[in-house]
Amino acid sequence: MNLLGKLLILFISAALINNIVFMRFLALCPFVGMSTQIEVSLGMGAAVTFVMVMASVVTFFVYYYILVPLNLLFLRTIAFILVIAVLVQLVEMVIRKFSPNLYKAMGIYLPLITTNCAILGVTLLNINYGHNLIEAIVYALGVSLGFTIALILLASIRERLSYSDIPNFWQGYPIVFITAGLLALIFLGFQGLAH
Amino acid sequence: MKEFFKYLINGIFKENPVLVLMIGLCSVLAVSTTVENAIGMGLAFSFVMIFSNLFVSSLRPIIPNNIRIPIFIVVIATFTTIVDLIISAYFPELYKALGIFIPLIVVNCIIIGRAEGFAYKHNVVESLADGVGISIGYIWAIVALGLIREFLGSGTVLDKVIIQSFNPAKVFSMPPGAFWGIALLMGILKWVQQKISRR
Repeated sequence: MNLLGKLLILFISAALINNIVFMRFLALCPFVGMSTQIEVSLGMGAAVTFVMVMASVVTFFVYYYILVPLNLLFLRTIAFILVIAVLVQLVEMVIRKFSPNLYKAMGIYLPLITTNCAILGVTLLNINYGHNLIEAIVYALGVSLGFTIALILLASIRERLSYSDIPNFWQGYPIVFITAGLLALIFLGFQGLAH
Repeated sequence: MKEFFKYLINGIFKENPVLVLMIGLCSVLAVSTTVENAIGMGLAFSFVMIFSNLFVSSLRPIIPNNIRIPIFIVVIATFTTIVDLIISAYFPELYKALGIFIPLIVVNCIIIGRAEGFAYKHNVVESLADGVGISIGYIWAIVALGLIREFLGSGTVLDKVIIQSFNPAKVFSMPPGAFWGIALLMGILKWVQQKISRR
């Protein structure tokens, strides 16, 4: 198979078949917390996409050009989380300086992203799967698209749920998780789309 | 002593990190496919949780206030790496089952939340009580979910068949079952709380 087709399959499998939220259970905190309105979910999705791609690129170089030559593989987790924390701070400062409008739209989500397990998860998965730089970028893009889709789906259902009559003890989070379970059932249908 | 038990109990029910505060859900949902995995994950989490609380509270006087969060992260990441290496060396099968979720203990919001919200403001003994309490709260939540999913999904508990004629529904071992299981647990807890407060 040619390179482009391979990348396309990687992208689709990251976005739909192995959806980060429904199949891998990463990034559940923002998934539950940020999915009350569609607009908020879009902002969070954009911020995550941005940081995830940047983090994938930077950790790729940190891992293959610093940790591997120095034989410091056991420092992987510490190094990656520090890189991500610094990166988020840096991105926040740059955006605030150069584009106040973008900062207003994305600013409140950026600090939250440091402890978003999807970012660290994707950088670790990139290493586990042995992705090269281009594959790592495509994978990060696919994962963040999947995350954004999941957020928007749940947000649009929740906007309607707020008008429905739900038994007292199912209100709030329990009904959100039942909805998420049904969405996960739908995403199970994507299994077998590609091998 | 009374204080000690107050903080211990607090983490188990009133501030149960998983079912009440709703943080650190990722590992709970992902790893609770069987009771065995759930117990393994619970113990790995407890190790990092308790030692992070102990270290943060005892280093309290020398941690500069401005850079406390990066220091917490480094402390937590160190203990996570220790757990990661221990499990991969002595329990290779568990290591395979838990996979990426061991290194991801670093970004577990419960641990950093307790470091910032509790250990940084309390002494060593109180932080120990809090760490143990939160750990027990985490373990019972993840094991309860593991019990539900393993029984409904494959009809067994700890690999033993419980009811011969029971026909398991595979979907409970798969991702949707995790969401429904946790919704069920949260719903039950909420229902019980409402019953108690109405009395």
